[in-house]
Amino acid sequence: MKKLETDIAIVGAGPAGLSAAIHAAKSGARVTLIDENRLPGGQLFKQIHKFFGSKEHLAGIRGFDIGTQLLKEVEALGVDVMLGTLAFGVFGANSLGLVTDQRSYELTAKRIILAAGGQENYLAFAGSTLPGVMGAGAAQTIINISRVRPGKKAVMVGSGNVGLIVAYQLMQAGVEVAALIEAAPHIGGYGVHAAKISRAGVPIITSHTILSANGKDSLESVTITGVDCAFQPIAGTERQIECDTLCLAVGLNPMTELAWMAGCKFEYVALFGGHVPLHDENMKTSVDAFYVAGDICGVEEASTAMEEGHLAGIAAAESLGFIEKEKASRMKAEAREKLNMLRTGYFGQKRADFKKHMLESFACVCKENRT
Amino acid sequence: MTHERDECMNMTDMRIKKHPILSTQQTRKLITIYFDGKAVEAYEGEPISAALMSAGIRSFRKTRKRGEPRGVFCAIGRCTDCMMIVDGRPNVRTCITEARDGMKVETQIGRGEFKSP
Amino acid sequence: MSLLQCGYVSKEELVKCPGFPSEERMAKGAVAVIECVQEIPCNPCEYACPQKAVVVGDNITNLPVLREDLCIGCGLCIACCPGLAIFVVNKAYSETEATVEFPYEYNNIPGVGETAEAVDRKGNVVCRAKVLSVRNPPSNDHTSVIKIAIPKEYADDVRGIKRRLD
Repeated sequence: MKKLETDIAIVGAGPAGLSAAIHAAKSGARVTLIDENRLPGGQLFKQIHKFFGSKEHLAGIRGFDIGTQLLKEVEALGVDVMLGTLAFGVFGANSLGLVTDQRSYELTAKRIILAAGGQENYLAFAGSTLPGVMGAGAAQTIINISRVRPGKKAVMVGSGNVGLIVAYQLMQAGVEVAALIEAAPHIGGYGVHAAKISRAGVPIITSHTILSANGKDSLESVTITGVDCAFQPIAGTERQIECDTLCLAVGLNPMTELAWMAGCKFEYVALFGGHVPLHDENMKTSVDAFYVAGDICGVEEASTAMEEGHLAGIAAAESLGFIEKEKASRMKAEAREKLNMLRTGYFGQKRADFKKHMLESFACVCKENRT
Repeated sequence: MTHERDECMNMTDMRIKKHPILSTQQTRKLITIYFDGKAVEAYEGEPISAALMSAGIRSFRKTRKRGEPRGVFCAIGRCTDCMMIVDGRPNVRTCITEARDGMKVETQIGRGEFKSP
Repeated sequence: MSLLQCGYVSKEELVKCPGFPSEERMAKGAVAVIECVQEIPCNPCEYACPQKAVVVGDNITNLPVLREDLCIGCGLCIACCPGLAIFVVNKAYSETEATVEFPYEYNNIPGVGETAEAVDRKGNVVCRAKVLSVRNPPSNDHTSVIKIAIPKEYADDVRGIKRRLD
């Protein structure tokens, strides 16, 4: 196995990883950015809608344009980008096993930032394996990256932002959306996203779930059913909807394998998608060389991922002496301020509360380790 | 590479030719791949699964026990539902493997078998 | 909240929100209607208005406030809202008609002078509309802004047109 070395290794070239790479590289550190996909950008290049947030920080700009900007900066800064490269393991205190094109490498880094993101959850029901049943993110990749329609008529499951946005994007791609169903009695994502698809004539059917996906060689229809407040099907409320594509937008869960391998301390936070690695206010985990940023430590949004990446990049560089303490303090305070601003309001406040709770848990864990 | 153009599975209207937000992609090279022996039009470098889906092909493999059809689920190389035999190699994740001219793509039945060279 | 129960905002929610102009102001002529009823950190609308008629403030989670006395109904704010929640309604267009200007990001945009089917917030066709203008300058970043003329009685309901499929 060929051995490689770097100052800061970053796993994941999505919004968190790209942002971390930029700020770490600007400080003069040698940065290696790794992504298992052949194209960088993670979720960013699939986001064709205009982002929310503050105008000063890229609001109103479409996700893929933000991705292009970040990528240009990364390239201009001379970051070593390894695409189509899977980080398959953590070895020793601070080495990663990498495999690309059937060759493997051992990359030793003084600091490692894990920004691997999240992956889509699966919903099991009769017929859920039929061709035509796919993740909502998968449909988004197929339409916005490959420019192919996955089908002609779709039903969306899940009314969080992913479900609402992908339903809209399916229509932009020329796919009819017959309905969006949601098991809870209310919509989970932003009202304005729901309003857009309502205006386009998509019925949003709350308190309903999928009973079965039907078809022989591929999806031909779905059977949905009403559910009560305990999410149990209500007999007699079944109905069939003809469709050839069923998109599951039922949440994301953090891709934390490398953090587990590194021995990081975790906590289960349902709001954030499951088990998440704990971190301090510098995005540092309970294992000295390892930092985290983005969905891997709590499923939120691309904007928070970018700011956490920003924070982790600066903190990692500072810990190696690339940024002087006072300057780093100011830069980190700025990033934390932006994160606070993004975690406000009806949706953001709960995330702010849980992130605060995670910091407190981290402090307890550190105290335990010292005693 | 010559092929019977008339029998080639042309891209159906599943290709997105006009999009309200995304600008038209740069001209991509048209190639031919083969699905279970049948010629399918594709763009060089796109995921094999995209080329197949654009031609209306959605069932990529059959499961071992019950012979049930499987196709794309995650589209990012994580779930392995889209595996097919590509140029004789089984268990190839077609959603992250690039199409090349002349590639032979076959429905995988059950487990893949690595044939010794 | 009705919006989160059924997916479209109710008249009751709208009347309470600070981006919704008074009936009095609407009767005077073109004015922005900001159907933003949920607190989300977001403020591009504040920057879009040359008359400074839209105010969000330092706390960007605040709902945008419409200064209806300053608003001239120019519609520059329509394309800037990431939620596509801003419209311009002119109830003084004529004796019998009003105009509604809205953001549109689908294929097959109708041409000026053509007829279209006007839809309400639920996507139901409520009346026929005449397309008066279609704007999509580069600064809109692919959000077209369409203005339609409709019978005045539908001015509070119509917020778009039915999509034409490929």
